[in-house]
Amino acid sequence: MATTETFYEVMRRQGISRRSFLKYCSLTATALGLAPSFAGTIANAMETKPRTPVIWLHGLECTCCSESFIRSAHPLVSDVVLSMISLDYDDVIMASAGHQAEAILDEIRHKYKGNYILAVEGNVPLNQDGMSCIIGGRPFIEQLREVAADCQAIIAWGSCASWGCVQAAHPNPTQAVPIHQVIHDKPIIKVPGCPPIAEVMTGVITYMLTFERIPELDRQGRPKMFYGQRIHDKCYRRPHFDAGQFVENWDDEGARKGFCLYKMGCKGPTTYNACSTVRWNNGVSFPIQSGHGCIGCSEDGFWDKGSFYDHVTDTRVFGIEANADRVGIAAAGTVGVAVAAHAAASAIHRIKQRAGEHHEENDQA
Amino acid sequence: MSVQTPNGFQLDNAGRRIVVDPVTRIEGHMRCEVNLDENNVIRNAVSTGTMWRGLEVILRGRDPRDAWAFTERICGVCTGTHALTSVRAVEDALGIAIPENANSIRNIMQLTLQAHDHLVHFYHLHALDWVDVVSALQADPKATSALAQSISDWPLSSPGYFRDVQNRIKRFVDSGQLGPFMNGYWGSPAYKLPPEANLMAVTHYLEALDFQKEIVKIHTIYGGKNPHPNWLVGGVPCAINVHDTGAVGAVNMERLNLVSSIIDRTIEFIDKVYIPDLLAIASFYKDWTYGGGLSSQAVMSYGDIPDRANDNSAENQMLPRGAIVNGNLAEIHDVDLRDPEQIQEFVAHSWFTYKDESRGLHPWDGVTEPNFVLGPNTRGSKTRIEEIDEAAKYSWIKAPRWRGHAMEVGPLARWVIGYAKGIPEFKEPVEKVLTDLQLPVSALFSTLGRTAARGLEGSWAAHKLRYFQDKLMANIKAGDSSTANTERWDPKTWPKEARGVGTTEAPRGALGHWIVIKEGKIDNYQAVVPTTWNGSPRDPAGNIGAFEAALLNTPLVNAEEPLEILRTLHSFDPCLACSTHIMSPDGEELTRVKVR
Repeated sequence: MATTETFYEVMRRQGISRRSFLKYCSLTATALGLAPSFAGTIANAMETKPRTPVIWLHGLECTCCSESFIRSAHPLVSDVVLSMISLDYDDVIMASAGHQAEAILDEIRHKYKGNYILAVEGNVPLNQDGMSCIIGGRPFIEQLREVAADCQAIIAWGSCASWGCVQAAHPNPTQAVPIHQVIHDKPIIKVPGCPPIAEVMTGVITYMLTFERIPELDRQGRPKMFYGQRIHDKCYRRPHFDAGQFVENWDDEGARKGFCLYKMGCKGPTTYNACSTVRWNNGVSFPIQSGHGCIGCSEDGFWDKGSFYDHVTDTRVFGIEANADRVGIAAAGTVGVAVAAHAAASAIHRIKQRAGEHHEENDQA
Repeated sequence: MSVQTPNGFQLDNAGRRIVVDPVTRIEGHMRCEVNLDENNVIRNAVSTGTMWRGLEVILRGRDPRDAWAFTERICGVCTGTHALTSVRAVEDALGIAIPENANSIRNIMQLTLQAHDHLVHFYHLHALDWVDVVSALQADPKATSALAQSISDWPLSSPGYFRDVQNRIKRFVDSGQLGPFMNGYWGSPAYKLPPEANLMAVTHYLEALDFQKEIVKIHTIYGGKNPHPNWLVGGVPCAINVHDTGAVGAVNMERLNLVSSIIDRTIEFIDKVYIPDLLAIASFYKDWTYGGGLSSQAVMSYGDIPDRANDNSAENQMLPRGAIVNGNLAEIHDVDLRDPEQIQEFVAHSWFTYKDESRGLHPWDGVTEPNFVLGPNTRGSKTRIEEIDEAAKYSWIKAPRWRGHAMEVGPLARWVIGYAKGIPEFKEPVEKVLTDLQLPVSALFSTLGRTAARGLEGSWAAHKLRYFQDKLMANIKAGDSSTANTERWDPKTWPKEARGVGTTEAPRGALGHWIVIKEGKIDNYQAVVPTTWNGSPRDPAGNIGAFEAALLNTPLVNAEEPLEILRTLHSFDPCLACSTHIMSPDGEELTRVKVR
C-alpha cells in the first residue's frame, strides 16, 4: 500500500522551507505555552502524521453548511480537501454510494480509531423511532453514535447541529435535537450560524490541525476567537446607533444613507458571531451592509424569539424597557443621547447575561 | 410479477433486488432499490425519500413577513429560491406591487442561483458518473492541451498547466488517502472517456470549485450573505444610492460594478469551460441513450423570470410556462395553481395518511398527517430496512399529480416546453447541440438530454444576468432608485383573511408555495417542490414518478456498482430536504427514541 503523506510533506509541497517549518514549530510551542524544547516534538509529530481523516455526517439539515464550506477563499476549499484534511466520508461530494460508501465508515473507524474528526451537519430526530432520517435503512442516530464512538472530537457545524435550528423551532414536530443532547462523552466544538461563515469553518479546522488542539471555547461550546463578540460591537454602522440615526422604514432616506437598522429589528446587539468583522464570501459584505438587519442565526432558538422585524427589546424572551427608542427620538450629537445610548447598550448586556444563563438551564434539562 | 402502469411503463419485480442507500452526491437523504433481469437490466425501480423535517407546521401562527427566512432553510443548495417563492406568495395574498428595481434584483438573485447551481451540479455532483479520476493519471498533458484548445479558447490550457494538475492528483492518489474519491468506481468499463478527456474534466472540477464561490458574491452584495441571503416582502432590502452622501452604506457605483464584473466572468466561465466540457463528454456517451422516463410524455413548468414587475401573465415569463401530456408536443396546456382540479397530492404510497387515500388533495386543502408504516413484504425490521415493500407506503415524499398525470419538472422540462413553443432562445441552442453531436431530436429525452438542458440553461441564465443588470442600471439612470413598497408593511393594513400563491422555477424545477393568512398570522402554509414531482412514489392508480420511470430498462455494466443508477438519478439533481418537509398538523409526538 502507498505510504500516506504527512503534514510536513504537505507544507513542503506548498513551498514552505525546512527552516520556516522548524520556526513554525517553535512558534507553535510558544503559542501553546510549552517550553522551547517541545518544538522538536511538534516537528516530529508533523513530519510523521498523515492528513487527519474527517468524517462528515448529515442528519436533518438543508446542506447550507456544506455549501458555505465550499465558498471558503482562504484557504481555498480545494486546498483543504486535497492537502490539509482527508475528507473520507461526506455524502454530498463523495464518489461512492450505497454499500461502497458505508464500507468507508467501517474502514476509517478501525484504521484511525481515536484519531479522526467527526463533523456533523444537521441534527437528530427522535420521533418515529428516529426514522424521519434514514441512512442505509437505519435511523441516523445509530450511524451518529457508531461513528462518534471512535472519534477524537466532534465539530457541530451550523445552528442545526449546535442548537436545533429551524426544524427544532416550535413545535419541533420531529423532536430534532442538537448533537450534544445525544453524544455525551466527546468534546464538541459548536460552530453555529445558518450557515456559519465559510472562512470561520475552515478557520476552525486549520486551527485544530495547526495547533493540534481544540480552540478555546466559551461556556456554550463556541470558539471564542470567532464567537466572542456581538455583531453590534464591531458593526460599521455602530456610529449611527450611537448618534441616534436609524432606518425608520425600508428604502427611506436613512436606509439609503446606511443608518443603523436597530429599529427594523436588527438582532446584531444580541448575536455573537464574526459577520461584522470577517464578513461574508471573502469579505464582500454582510447582512447589515446589504440593508437587512441581522436575524440572529447563530443564536440558540433564534427562530422562536419573535419576528425578525421586532426590536430586540420587544421580543417575547426579553420584554423589557425600550431604551433605544428614546435614542432615536433625541437629536444626534447631544450629551443626552450618548448617555441614553450607553444605557441601552448596558441593558442589552444585562439581557444577554440572562439569556446565557437560560441556555445553560436548557442544556441541563 | 409483471404489471403495466397506467402511464405506460412495464414493471417486473421478479429479478434480483439491488439496494443503493445512501444515494450520494445529492442534497438530503434518499434510497433507491431496483430489480434486475438476468441481463442486469433494470425492470423495476423504487425511489424512497428518507427524511422529513416539518417546516410547514412550524410556520403556523408566525408573521407572514418572516416566512421567507423559514422556507429559505428548506434548502441550502437552491438557496434563495424558496425565499423568493415565499415573498411572492405573501405579496399575492396581500396585493402588494413591487418596484421595477426590486424585480430586476430578484431576477438577478434567481439567475445567479441558476448559473451557480447548474455549474456546481455538473462538476461536483454529476461529473464523477462520467469521468474516471484515476484514468486522468494516464493522460498525456500535451494531448490534453491539444484537446482543450480544440474545443475552447479558455486560456488555462497549456501542457504545463495540465501537467501540474496531473502531478497534484498523482501525489494525492499516491498519499493513499483518497478522501472523497475513496471507493469510487474507477476503472469500470462503464466509463468511456479517454485519459486526456478525464484529465481535462478533473482539472475543470478543481477550477470550477474555486470559481463557483465568485458567482454567489452577487447574492452577498444584494442579500448580505450566501448561502441564505436576505429578502423582503414588498421589494428587496438593499437600498440604492449612487449619487449622494452616504452612498457607501447602500448599493452604490462600486457595488454595481462588482456585480457587473462577476457577471462577465460567469458568462465566460460557463461558455468557455462548462459548455465545451459538457459537449465533449457527451460526445463519448452518445450510445448511452437511457434515462428518458417521463420527459418525452409529461413535463411541466410554472414559468419564471418576469421581464416586467407585477405581471404574472405567461407572456411576461422568460422561462416558459405550460404542461405537455401524452407526449403531444403540439399542445401546450396552461397551468393554474389556484384550480383545485389541477394540482393534487396523493399519499397512498407515502408515509402520511388521508381519510380517503384513493383521492388527491389540492394544496389549499392539504392534510399532512404522518404514518410511518412498512408493508408486509418488507425485508428487515422497522428500524433496519433491508428491502422495502413498494406495494405499501414507502417514502416520505407525497405524490403530486397534474390533472392526474405524473410529471417531470426541471431544466429538461423547461427546455422541451420552450422548444415545443418554438421560442428561438430555447429552440436554436437545442438544435445546435443536436446538430453538433449528430443526434436526432429523440436524443433529448434521456439522462444526457437532461444534463445538456441544464448546461444550456446555465448559459442562458448567465446571459440573462447581463440583461437584468443593464435594465437595473438603465432604470437608475432614468431616476428611479426605489427598491421597496412599504404601503402594506404594517399588518394593520392587511385584510382579516387572505390567501396567495407564489411560484418560481427553481434550478430543479417547478416550485409553488400556498399561504393562508388570518388576523395577521400564517394560518396554513403548503409547499410543493420540484423533487416532490420528480421523486414521487406511485399514486393510487399505479402511475410511477419521474425518477422511477427514468431508471427503467437501463442495463448495468456491473450489478455490484450502481454507476448507471447514480447517473440517471443525478441528472435530476435530487433535493431531498426540499421534497420531504411536510409534517403532521399538530406535530404530536409519536414513538420516541430513548436518548439516555
